[in-house]
Amino acid sequence: MSVLTFIDIGLSILVVTVAASTIVMRELFAAVVSYVAYGLLLAFVWIRLHAPDVALTEAAVGGGVTGVLLITAGKRLVPLRRTATEAEPTLILKVLAATLAALVACALAAAILMLPDEPPSLAPEAAAAASGPGAGLGNPITAVLISYRSFDTMLEKIVLILAVVAVWSIGTDRAWGNAPAPLRQARPYPAMVFLAQALVPIGALIGIHIFWVGADAPGGAFQGGALLAAMWMMAMMAQLAEPSRIDARWLRLALVAGPAVFLVIGLAGILMAGSFFAYPPNLAKPIILFIETFMVLSIAVALPMLVAGPPNEGLEP
Amino acid sequence: MTTSVLAGLVGAALVGLGLYGLVVHPHPLRKLLAFNLIGSGVFLVFGIIARRGAAAGFPYDPVPQAMVITGIVVAFAASAVAVALIWRLYSETGHVTLDPDAWTNPGPESES
Repeated sequence: MSVLTFIDIGLSILVVTVAASTIVMRELFAAVVSYVAYGLLLAFVWIRLHAPDVALTEAAVGGGVTGVLLITAGKRLVPLRRTATEAEPTLILKVLAATLAALVACALAAAILMLPDEPPSLAPEAAAAASGPGAGLGNPITAVLISYRSFDTMLEKIVLILAVVAVWSIGTDRAWGNAPAPLRQARPYPAMVFLAQALVPIGALIGIHIFWVGADAPGGAFQGGALLAAMWMMAMMAQLAEPSRIDARWLRLALVAGPAVFLVIGLAGILMAGSFFAYPPNLAKPIILFIETFMVLSIAVALPMLVAGPPNEGLEP
Repeated sequence: MTTSVLAGLVGAALVGLGLYGLVVHPHPLRKLLAFNLIGSGVFLVFGIIARRGAAAGFPYDPVPQAMVITGIVVAFAASAVAVALIWRLYSETGHVTLDPDAWTNPGPESES
C-alpha cells in the first residue's frame, strides 16, 4: 500500500461524508456550503483519475458557479424560511427511500466491479483526430471537443443559450427587457469591495491564460470562460458592476457569438475541407483558437446571466 | 482495489445519497442539490470508464472525459432553469413547495 492509496481512500471517505452532509443538513444554507466544498473535493478525485480538464471544470462550474447560483437563490427566497416548514416525510417513507437508494447504489457498484476486462475505448480514434483535423493541439481533450466531437460542443453552446432564453422567459411579461435583480441587495462590506477590486483583474488574466494554454495543456474554453464569468459575478456582488439589461444588444450578440462563429466555420468546412466541421489541416490550429475565443466570450456572458436569473420587475421600465 | 474502481464506488454511493435526498426532502432547492449529487455521481462512473479506456498512448480515453466536461456545463444550465422556476413559483404563490394543498392557501402572511 503506497501513500497514494491512503490518499485515495481518505479522499473517497471525505467526498462521501461531505456529500452526505449536503443531504442531512437541516439548514438550506449549510447544505449549499457543503455542496461547494463537495465540488472542490470532487475535483481532486478527478485529478486522481488523470482528468485535470474535468477537474478544472468541476471546480469552476460544478462547485463554484453552481454554488453561487444556489446561494443567490437561497438568499432571494429568504422570506420563505417561515413557510418552508412543511410536513417532514414520515419514518416509513425515509426507510423506504433509503432502501431504494441503497439498492440502486449497490447495483451500480456491482456493475462497476463487473466491468469487462477488455475495456472499450475511443482513444485511438481521438488520437487520430488530434493528429488529423485537430492538428497542432497538444491537449487531446480540446482536440476531441473542437474537432472529433465538434457537433456536440456546438450543440452544448446552443443548450446554454436556450437555458438563458428559458430563464429570461420565466420572468413576468412586464419585466421583459429589464435587468435581472442585483446579485446582492445589501451594501457590500468594504473587505468584499477590496477583494473584488484586487482579484477581478488577476482572475480575468488567469481565465484568459487557461483558455490560451488549453490548446496544449489542461484548460480550454469552458474552464477559462467559467473563470471570466466568476470574475464578472464577483464584480456584481461587490456592486462594482450591475447586471446588464436583457435587451442590451451587446449582451445578445455576445451570447450567440460562440455558436454562430462555430456554425459558420463548420459550414465553411464543407467548401474548404470537404465535410461539415472539417478544418483545412494547415490552418486548423488558428481556426480552432478563433472559434474558442468566441466560445469563451459566450460562456463568460451566459453563466452570469443564468445565475442572475429572470428580469426584475421592480426596476425602471 | 485500484484508484478508478474506488472512484467508481464513490460515484455509486453519490448516486444513492442523491436519490435518497431527492425523495425525502420537501424543499425544491434541496431536491435540486440532491439531483446535482446524482449527476456528479454519474459523471464519476463515466470517468472511470474513461480511465479504463486508456489506449493509444493516453493514460485515459479523451472522448468520455470531453463528454463529462460538456455534461457538467449542461447540468449547470439545467440547474439555473430549475432555480428560475422555483423563484417564479415563489413570487406567484408565496410558497416554495411542491405540495398541491398549499397552493390553495392565499400566502405566507395568512399562515401561522
